[in-house]
Amino acid sequence: MSFLEYAWSILPQLLEATQLTLLITAGAIALGFVAGVVLALSRVYGPPPVRGIAAGYIAFFRGTPLLVQITIVYFGLPQLVQAVGLPNPSRLLSAIVGFGLNSAAYQAEYFRGAVQSIQSGQMMAARALGLSRLEAIRHVILPQALRLVIPSWSNELIYTIKYSSLAYFLTLPELMFVGKKLALKTANTFQTYMVVAAIYLIIVMIVSWFLHRLEKRVRIPGLGAPAEHR
Amino acid sequence: MDADRVHGLSETILRVEDLHKTYDGNHVLRGVSLSMLRGETKVIIGPSGTGKSTLLRCINQLSIPDRGRVWLGNKEITSKKENINCIRAEIGFVFQDFNLFTHLNALANVRLGPMKVKGMKKAEATKLAVMELERVGLADKASAYPSELSGGQQQRVSIARALAMFPQLMLFDEPTSALDPELIGEVLEVMVSLAKDGMTMLVVTHEMGFARSVSDEIIFMESGNILEQGPPGEFFTSPKEARTRAFLSKITELYGE
Amino acid sequence: MPNTLLLTIGLLAGGLALGTLIAFAQVYGCRPLRWFCRIYEQVFRGIPILVLIMIFHSGLARSFSILLPAFASALIALALRSAAYQSQIFRGAIQSVSEGQMLAARALGMTKIQAIRNVILPQAFRLAIPPWTNEFSSVLKDTSIASAISVLELFKQSGLIYTRLYVIRGAHWALIILMLVALIYLALTYVGNAALGVLENRLRIPGFEMRGKVER
Repeated sequence: MSFLEYAWSILPQLLEATQLTLLITAGAIALGFVAGVVLALSRVYGPPPVRGIAAGYIAFFRGTPLLVQITIVYFGLPQLVQAVGLPNPSRLLSAIVGFGLNSAAYQAEYFRGAVQSIQSGQMMAARALGLSRLEAIRHVILPQALRLVIPSWSNELIYTIKYSSLAYFLTLPELMFVGKKLALKTANTFQTYMVVAAIYLIIVMIVSWFLHRLEKRVRIPGLGAPAEHR
Repeated sequence: MDADRVHGLSETILRVEDLHKTYDGNHVLRGVSLSMLRGETKVIIGPSGTGKSTLLRCINQLSIPDRGRVWLGNKEITSKKENINCIRAEIGFVFQDFNLFTHLNALANVRLGPMKVKGMKKAEATKLAVMELERVGLADKASAYPSELSGGQQQRVSIARALAMFPQLMLFDEPTSALDPELIGEVLEVMVSLAKDGMTMLVVTHEMGFARSVSDEIIFMESGNILEQGPPGEFFTSPKEARTRAFLSKITELYGE
Repeated sequence: MPNTLLLTIGLLAGGLALGTLIAFAQVYGCRPLRWFCRIYEQVFRGIPILVLIMIFHSGLARSFSILLPAFASALIALALRSAAYQSQIFRGAIQSVSEGQMLAARALGMTKIQAIRNVILPQAFRLAIPPWTNEFSSVLKDTSIASAISVLELFKQSGLIYTRLYVIRGAHWALIILMLVALIYLALTYVGNAALGVLENRLRIPGFEMRGKVER
């Protein structure tokens, strides 16, 4: 069997597994976004104790390996949830939470950078008009920060896509896990992994392209950090 | 210090009493007091770093004074009871660096205040914004973003933005200091016409021509104190203090008459 | 733990060597060379680590009968990957050194190579330290992934300890061990970062900074 024929034959299974990969990625990045924005705003605008907690969270989740974190969540979440009296979370949910908490820390830092790069005059002008702090953040700071953070955020999304492969350790049937199973079944191990790698690469390229388009569309003349090259 | 003069139907819009402010160990404001009647235009001049900008910022509380009180009309701004956001909606502030919202075009910049602070509906606010932009001569630039406008145009938009709130008082913090010389004129023109329309204005500036032609009173500040004040006629021809004279002669050297 | 450290240092070194070569090739090389470097970079940055390690370990073993010990495969795979990231860092650093520097050096009569060695390199090196510190942290954490192919590094060890203790103590210990392990990583990262920070400070030249961004 030639390489292409082989590749074609295993594609259906791999693509099915890819769906799970994308699901994990989407869930994680969404959770990370919400938590990240909250963390970042707490760090910039919150009272000292809140700032400390946020900083501590970020330091922990950035300083320890993702693998260790998702394992902790995988074991810990069910225990935590049981203690509160809720039903057991699915493995998928544990994985998403694990990845999401990690992503939140990184997104928080990117977002904080974006917020802090906005000139202080913007906030002053908003307050001078009579906007409250919250309103100023909502109408003036946030719209600008969200645009400024796109390059870093794209980076984070790509990272999450690739590192979702660690869900392999949690025995979730995503791309890596299924890939390995197939690889060990046949003697075409190398080729199998090549196909798996290719799929990841293609996903990354497609996503990058989309994000580039997005950045172009929301671009406002005069707003923003100089464009980032990959 | 001006006592409250009862001038027919004039009312006191602004009263500042004994403001003190210390920044990084510098006692920047050392007990400044002044007051303004409706329709008056007062210009503050003086050497750099003497607390002129700080004074303006203490009035609308962008900077909190350490001591002293400020009244807008009969509301005491410095008391904790007053909602500072409501007060700020009544005071227009024009910054040296314009500070237009970079993510909004000119029109959106001007209508943000009325919409979000005063709760105006979008259609109404848009009409108002267009009107104010016309007033400063920039109706055709409504859809331009700040980075696409010249400095003078940006400053005029920022004036329109402040005017759209129908303030009782306008504060100008060195509005032309960051502009290239050829752009200063268009901004001063707008300010002159505002003064003539009866707006109560407190302006910190180096533009003596403006001070001379439109102001009701010149205030000279140095080292955190008001050293001398008086109507332009007297002030420029026969200043009382030696330091005032020294400053004026330096200015005429630099800027010409 | 020693394995973790060995792996980290080993692959950083390997990545450093290869990375600088690639960086130079990209900045000063001819077109086909640049093109090749670009592809290398894209490929090795675009593939998940796990996949890469598997390719080198089981892939080579079973398809081509090239049997590498686990540690070696992890080392090579991770080093190649790190080289891709490091080349980016160095490339950025070299390009951040303003053009005028090279012009001035050439104007003095230096050859391209001399200019690079004496003017560009010292500056680029200092500029590269902060992002390189980032890379160090990343690499340290990524060594945990080598546990997939039974490299006995920190994370794997924790798993072994857990299975032993499970019999005696029960499932709760998993969390405690893992937290402990997490703290160890934190400590290692902290020490490493601190050391690199000291290095950065000792080499610091006033007025000199790279506009980098935090990358994973």
